[in-house]
Amino acid sequence: MKGIKASPGIAIGKVYILVKKINAEKRTIEDVDKELKRLDNAMIKSSDQLQSIKEKLKNDGKEDTAKIFEAHNMILQDVEFVNQIKTQIKNEKVNSEYAVYSVTKTYEEMFNKIEDKYLRERAADVRDVGERIIFNLMGKVKDLSELPKGTIIVAEDLVPSDTATVDRTKVSAFVTETGGTTSHTAIISRIMEIPAVVGAKGITSKVKTGDTIIVDGSEGEIIINPDSKTIEIYNKKKNEYTAYRKRLNLLKDLPAVTLDGKQVLLEANIGTPNDMETVLKNDAEGIGLFRTEFVYMDRDDYPTEDEQFEQYKEVVSAMNGKRVTIRTLDIGGDKDIPYFNMEKEANPFLGCRAIRLCFKRTDMFKTQLKAILRAAVYGNVSIMYPMISDLKEVLRANEILDEAKKELEKDNIPYSKDVKVGIMVEIPSAAIMADKLAEYVDFFSIGTNDLTQYTLAADRGNNSVKEYYNYFNPAVIRLIKNCIDASHKYGKYTAMCGEMASNPDAAKILLGLGLDAFSMSASSILEVKDIIRNTTYEECKKLAQKALEY
Amino acid sequence: MKKSVTLLNESGLHARPAAMFVQEASKYKSNIMIEKDGKQVSAKGILGVLSLGITKGTVINIIAEGEDEAAATDALVKLVQNKFGEE
Repeated sequence: MKGIKASPGIAIGKVYILVKKINAEKRTIEDVDKELKRLDNAMIKSSDQLQSIKEKLKNDGKEDTAKIFEAHNMILQDVEFVNQIKTQIKNEKVNSEYAVYSVTKTYEEMFNKIEDKYLRERAADVRDVGERIIFNLMGKVKDLSELPKGTIIVAEDLVPSDTATVDRTKVSAFVTETGGTTSHTAIISRIMEIPAVVGAKGITSKVKTGDTIIVDGSEGEIIINPDSKTIEIYNKKKNEYTAYRKRLNLLKDLPAVTLDGKQVLLEANIGTPNDMETVLKNDAEGIGLFRTEFVYMDRDDYPTEDEQFEQYKEVVSAMNGKRVTIRTLDIGGDKDIPYFNMEKEANPFLGCRAIRLCFKRTDMFKTQLKAILRAAVYGNVSIMYPMISDLKEVLRANEILDEAKKELEKDNIPYSKDVKVGIMVEIPSAAIMADKLAEYVDFFSIGTNDLTQYTLAADRGNNSVKEYYNYFNPAVIRLIKNCIDASHKYGKYTAMCGEMASNPDAAKILLGLGLDAFSMSASSILEVKDIIRNTTYEECKKLAQKALEY
Repeated sequence: MKKSVTLLNESGLHARPAAMFVQEASKYKSNIMIEKDGKQVSAKGILGVLSLGITKGTVINIIAEGEDEAAATDALVKLVQNKFGEE
């Protein structure tokens, strides 16, 4: 069957269905003491699992994700919670699965009724813990780090707390029912370099745990219970792919230059300092997009200036003088953080997101800017504002940046004075006015995902308008050209950090348009370098000319 | 023993502060309850404490009964007044 290709590569392995829905059927029990003992055992097992997941995450430096599991352990230790389960077993003579299910259900409903958004989301934690206990009662594994080698995870969808526990050496592919190329599963699988197919509708009911399947992440193909001949074919393909990756690896340390001498910069997009391993492995020439949302996620209050500083410094130092473009907080749209208590909007993508939200919470914004300015001492840093629609916003953001500098100056805290400041171009109005904006910024970075969806009015997460969402549309190409030309007029540069920059079919067109820097997930860098090194600027210019017309 | 205290920290009695509160309460032998708007829950269980939905500015009563009730109420009131060590 077909799905959406999310991360390249081929895997052949055994299915593990990640079940999210549990059904704890009610049974009458005879021996209460025996049942209570069963419950105790499952509780101890759950607690041990949570403890070891937490330790593992901490050792991997994922402190924030570790906190999720610490919170889960606290729920497990809640005496009231445990007593309610036990009371039900004793009084109603029901099985543990059912008692756990019904008590967690009560709490879930109670939390769902609370108006506070953050607390409402705790309902998911209670459910998560309840599921873990029930899984242990049933003798099943919930933890994704305890799977056998070669497992292919099949699920409705994966959330950060799932992927956080995945062991790269054990899991060989992901397949999900929902999601597109920019969903969490897709992004994370590319970073982890695990083949993935998303949007495979119906897959969870078509396969069962233990089935053999082939996942071709390069083509978006899934083959269920293949015959030996098919397995042979795909084993060959898999080896070819491995050989191709090997050949690409030889391109490391070589510049991204065309046969006729036009050179561009190939940079990496990263989401957390954990991505640095892949960045260094693929020889990225800089970080074109450092998303900073992660420092705000998986926690219950705003991160302090020092906390942020440490994280940014880690990346900046690791890049050893190469350019690191840090994007200020881009929250809202499809990304939400519970403790921000953001108002529910009818059109979040056209709402108070990114820089707009930062203007409403200037203290928070200034804290981040200070942390970036301080980290910049350790290398070469550029700041990038997201969701700029007008010059006024650039000026306002720069005012706050100046205040941040003054405050650091006053407190005698070292910071870098030569940080470059640029903007994300993702709103058509900014692309249209690029010739005016270029005078006030040091660079543009085109975010094609949003620029495409705003230009063509097509929701990039909506499968039924997929055909309208197309960054090869000449309207989008013209906006991109407008930015590049405007920046060059003022001796500035234009980068691109959207999905388009990593598309092999788009690379030549973008190069022909004069794009200076391509930023993408690190695992795509060598593939794009291969294309650039085997073409000429002349040919690319011709292709670009064609792309500007229908 | 019963004492009133107002939540001053930005995030109220959410995950981390709630966890700290429960951990502190669990150190004492006394039976400790939190009361908000006439509703009482045990201060030693995270789910109950969270379920009260205590946000910044909320006034809560801390009620302790037992041998170390004075020490318990003092410690918990102090924790809230110090904003759980938040800035």
